[in-house]
Amino acid sequence: MASLPPIDLPRGATGAGAFDALAEGGENNVLFGFLLRLGDDSLILGQRLSEWTGHAPSVEVDLSLANIALDLVGQATHFLNHAGEVEGKGRDGDALAFRRDVLDFRNCWLVEQPNGDFAQTMARQLLFSGWQKLLFQALLGSRDATVAAVAEKAVKEVTYHEELAAEWVIRLGDGTEESRRRMQDGLEWMWRFVPELFDMDPLAAFVAEHGLGADLAALRPAWDRRVRSVIEQATLRVPADQRPILGGRRGHHSEHLGHLLCTMQFLPRTYPDATW
Amino acid sequence: MSKDWPLWEVFVRSRGGLSHRHVGSVHAPDAEIALRHARDTYTRRMEGVSLWVVPSAQIVASDPADDAAMFDPAADKVYRHPTFYSIPDDVKHI
Amino acid sequence: MYTTELQKTKAVAGTEDPDKLAAFEARVAADEFIEPKDWMPEAYRRTLTRQISQHAHSEIVGMLPEGNWITRAPSLRRKAILLAKVQDEAGHGLYLYSAAETLGTSREEMIEALHSGKAKYSTIFNYPTLTWADIGAIGWLVDGAAIMNQVPLQRTSYGPYARAMVRVCKEESFHQRQGYEIMMHLAAGTPEQKRMAQDALNRWWWPSLMMFGPPDADSPNTAQSMRWRIKRETNDELRQKFVDITVPQAEALGLSVPDPVLAWNEEKGGHDFGEIDWEEFYAVVRGEGPVAKERMKARRDAWEEGAWVREAAAAYAEKHARKAEAA
Repeated sequence: MASLPPIDLPRGATGAGAFDALAEGGENNVLFGFLLRLGDDSLILGQRLSEWTGHAPSVEVDLSLANIALDLVGQATHFLNHAGEVEGKGRDGDALAFRRDVLDFRNCWLVEQPNGDFAQTMARQLLFSGWQKLLFQALLGSRDATVAAVAEKAVKEVTYHEELAAEWVIRLGDGTEESRRRMQDGLEWMWRFVPELFDMDPLAAFVAEHGLGADLAALRPAWDRRVRSVIEQATLRVPADQRPILGGRRGHHSEHLGHLLCTMQFLPRTYPDATW
Repeated sequence: MSKDWPLWEVFVRSRGGLSHRHVGSVHAPDAEIALRHARDTYTRRMEGVSLWVVPSAQIVASDPADDAAMFDPAADKVYRHPTFYSIPDDVKHI
Repeated sequence: MYTTELQKTKAVAGTEDPDKLAAFEARVAADEFIEPKDWMPEAYRRTLTRQISQHAHSEIVGMLPEGNWITRAPSLRRKAILLAKVQDEAGHGLYLYSAAETLGTSREEMIEALHSGKAKYSTIFNYPTLTWADIGAIGWLVDGAAIMNQVPLQRTSYGPYARAMVRVCKEESFHQRQGYEIMMHLAAGTPEQKRMAQDALNRWWWPSLMMFGPPDADSPNTAQSMRWRIKRETNDELRQKFVDITVPQAEALGLSVPDPVLAWNEEKGGHDFGEIDWEEFYAVVRGEGPVAKERMKARRDAWEEGAWVREAAAAYAEKHARKAEAA
């Protein structure tokens, strides 16, 4: 995997006031923090989707959901392994996935939301994959060669995820009375977490400015057009915007993440000396 | 009993230049989802570059009871095959 | 993943046309394939439908014990492997349901039969997965036993079943190896890991031997199934083969097989092994396995809670087909 990009990254709190938040979380460089955001988003959503295995509405849907989960776990592995290399403290993707606590996770609130019913799961997928697709398209030009390479592989995966989710949102919205109600509820549940996806906090601004990351705010219009068109085809209402719920990128999460981590991290934490 | 979706037959082209080949079937509510189900079921190991799905109810099949009338008459048309003709060995390119 | 003969069918009814029956038997004896629209005796159709759907149910219910550990897999690599493996099982269930459907029973009817308790599935999945080592043991022993049973079925007389088995066998080749690899890591690991591995072998060994079904003496339909090429080796033959192959694998792991009677018999060129607790086997077949109720509840819940999704998509399709017609 490629090494650090050829620019100076501020270390710890030395990068001026803008990076106080990072210093608080204990990360010692910005790229590391950025890679955690990418890796944790994929990891946590992959973990959530894998909960469906064996319980989907039909065998075929089981296969679809597992395919998406597999893609996401693969992305997480690439991003987190690279994060470990960048950090340079001997941690690999597994150490990062299985030995961090809530405050050190950098995923957004959207991906840690419970699956709920199939409509809620598809609402989350549409909103997230639509964003991830635009993000990865922008990351194709990242100065970090590994980020660009993973984005190139992953953009195809998430394009498929987004299309599949859109097909389902449309069918459930325009299906029966019950499915329509559930689909609207699913969107209402997830909509609160949309602003966080596009939030340009200091780290996001820094990586965008230095050609490592993407200008997230600039992705919003394309995302809006697409998501609104799907919701319209589904004959549903676009939920009302509310005061943004932020915090995931700083380690301040919903209550759900702790429980997810309890399950996911149970073995490596119970047997800290074991390898598997 | 709650209902299941209709059945679709799935055909996969394994690589460019080859015909689509029947690989199995999936249940799906409509053609678009049938394609997705076919993709998620039958191309997980790089088995294909193109997919067809056809509603199973739309397949018209020959009746095995008519096998003899359908297929046996071809059996004695040996003159349709190149090996039927003997050409001397020293005549080339034919 | 696996099929055993768990329910009996009566011998061929005397009502079939004797000429057709003779021609059919001759085709099968000549190792020809029977295809969906070909004439076949009712008992053949019934036996096959039962066997294939039972096999499909086993794949689908078999997702549950291993699915129980996907969210707790101890590394990213293990998580991806297990997820892919359990997903394969969904795929195998699907191939097999498709094969059974060609015999004229809908998947819906088969699922209904499973949920009502009328249809059976492999007894092995009614045991709980307690530790991560169980995931190793299932891959190694349960998939090992399944492969032994399924490989000969690639040459079974019914075309769609044989083709499904070819696909299943090809995909399943990694399942057993990943299980054994888990066991290798555990057996060479910390004392706690070794304990887990040995305990898993202790719990899964006997249920794995039961997977091959009742002894030949109590398996009255074996002769007919063998004649019809829907079974190609007897239960006891396969079981013996499994024991002979698996015992050295356990030795290589440094684990002990929980059978004090187990010993190599030079004369027969195979292992002697202890008596299987057939009472336990029949109890589990009857639905009295330790987690049988949990398994059935999970399947019924998934189906019932998914009903609104299936209905919604069907309603959408109908609505839009009508619109397309009107346009």
